Amino acid sequence: MSKLGLLWANLFRRRTRTLLTLLSLLVAMLLFILLRTISLVFTDGSGFSPASVDRLVVAAKYSIIDSLPISALQQIQAVEGVDAVTHAEWFGGVYQDGADFFPKFPVDPKAYFDLHPEFHIDPEQLQAFINTRSGAVAPKDMAEKYGWRIGDKIPIQGDIWGKRDGSRNWEFDLVGLYTGVDEDRSPGVLLLHYDYFDEAREYDSGTTGWFIVRLADGERAAEVANRIDQLFANSSDPTRTSTEAEQQRQFMQQIGDIELMMSGILGAVFFTILLLTGNTMAQSLRERVPELAVLKAVGFGDAAVAALVLGEAVLLCLLGGVLGAALALLVALVIGPGMEQAIGVFEVRATTVAAALGLSAALGLAVGAFPAFRARRLSIIEALRAV
Amino acid sequence: MALVRCQDLQKSFVKGRETVEVLDGINLEIQQGDFLALMGPSGSGKTTLLNLIGGLDHPSAGAVEVGGVPLNEMSARQLAKWRAENIGFVFQFYNLLPVLSAQRNVELPLLLTPLSSRQRKANAATALKIVGLEDRAKHKPGELSGGQQQRVAIARAIVADPTLLVCDEPTGDLDRETADEILSLLEVLNQEHGKTIIMVTHDPKAAERAAQVLRMDKGRLAQEAA
Ligand SMILES: Nc1ncnc2c1ncn2[C@@H]1O[C@H](COP(=O)(O)OP(=O)(O)OP(=O)(O)O)[C@@H](O)[C@H]1O
Ligand SMILES: [Mg+2]
Repeated sequence: MSKLGLLWANLFRRRTRTLLTLLSLLVAMLLFILLRTISLVFTDGSGFSPASVDRLVVAAKYSIIDSLPISALQQIQAVEGVDAVTHAEWFGGVYQDGADFFPKFPVDPKAYFDLHPEFHIDPEQLQAFINTRSGAVAPKDMAEKYGWRIGDKIPIQGDIWGKRDGSRNWEFDLVGLYTGVDEDRSPGVLLLHYDYFDEAREYDSGTTGWFIVRLADGERAAEVANRIDQLFANSSDPTRTSTEAEQQRQFMQQIGDIELMMSGILGAVFFTILLLTGNTMAQSLRERVPELAVLKAVGFGDAAVAALVLGEAVLLCLLGGVLGAALALLVALVIGPGMEQAIGVFEVRATTVAAALGLSAALGLAVGAFPAFRARRLSIIEALRAV
Repeated sequence: MALVRCQDLQKSFVKGRETVEVLDGINLEIQQGDFLALMGPSGSGKTTLLNLIGGLDHPSAGAVEVGGVPLNEMSARQLAKWRAENIGFVFQFYNLLPVLSAQRNVELPLLLTPLSSRQRKANAATALKIVGLEDRAKHKPGELSGGQQQRVAIARAIVADPTLLVCDEPTGDLDRETADEILSLLEVLNQEHGKTIIMVTHDPKAAERAAQVLRMDKGRLAQEAA
């Protein structure tokens, strides 16, 4: 037996109690790692396409579901400070059994890629997209995921949009693949040919969801946005124009709220754990007063006995942390693919695991400090008299 | 030379505003190899005296020397180290660690020595053999009878080979027969292994087994022949 063996043996003095404490620690660490992983994705923006400051988005003023007349494109184009305009629309639609959703935008192929230089596509494939009315281009990783090859037909069940012939079965020819700025940031959208979509849909022809504007001068975004909104202020389709960066800022603000909420949840969890584990430790100490006195009697110093008590708390918490981290990694494996659909990336980082273990150790020190202090001060003769 | 020497030993406890005089000028010499029984009414100060000789507590006044070492001049840290090397304790309620096997309980004091893990195991096994419990090494205290637990406690007291065994009512919680077995074991340790033993007891039959009996009353000693 070693001193560590002594620590270990003490941990299992009350198996059920230790097990319950371990379980609560495990759940707390699991929560910590998963929530932290999610909030990291948002805060460092690894899940999103980069915003461009020199682009504006023009949408219907009151609801993003409302559409705008395609004819507005000419008017926006004529606004001073606007360099180029294109448009996109939300298609909705279900692929296969609808288990995973991905967005699909009907766009003007040439103008859309022209306004998004961060998307890369082979020029020949772009030309094919322009020429093929039933064409579609997919992000490379999406094509890999569903096993699509150029030339395949992609069937989509329309939910928002039916066809003029009464059917809801859309079919698109995959004519090209495109990528985002870098490998890990998939554009995530299947692009469809607007002309075909507009002609085939059963209602709302001649409209689009929103316009994307490239500014001649990124510095004057506010001014140009104002001008556009004023242009349509008294029309039947008033608009709201904001920069992509602004949109993301608004989104980030919501994320900030999410972060606050997560911190709140974690704070509550850790406070509970602190009380729970602290209580376990205090109880365990009370039961052991005579034993600790005997340890001191046979020659263990005050510091050694204190270290024993503190070590037990740290060992217990670390054990909970390690088990929680292991479970978190396992859970991440299972829910990872689903989470990636929802938020782009979902990867438990080594630093997050390290933070969880650090937190466990700190928790151990926090709950062990007071019992250790009491153990240190414990008087041998008083304790033995109490038997 | 005497192994234990107490000179005008005094001990008082302060409880709130009251000061309780528990030991009132004890003068005592115990020779190496003695087996001494300490008797007296409850509250007469027997445990308190034992604690001072065992280096568990400091006297309020006077001197206590064991093996030429002045305990009253030592710090708590020095005393802890000294106890580990020189004293074996046996208590009325055994005070074993319930989570450890008999073998590991006995091994406990050796964790403070530089002995190797293998040597510690061997010494613990030897001590268990001396008390006749080698076949119970793997048992936890909860799986042993009171007499067996006290044997394990005695094995723990002798494992570091101390010169002095300090026993506070070692048979106080045992039936007659088991008590006699424990007393025989203490006799063997005294006569064959050369341990000096001080034993507090309320049991006259237990005191008979000792070579010498001391009586205490109200914090004072009254010597009488064995
Ligand atoms: N730590 C202490 N604080 C206050 N008073 C104490 C303390 N230790 C002992 N006493 C008092 O000192 C007196 C002697 O106690 P001690 O335990 O030495 O008696 P004892 O002879 O061993 O008695 P018993 O036979 O009941 O074990 C008692 O009155 C007790 O209340
Ligand atoms: Mg007593």
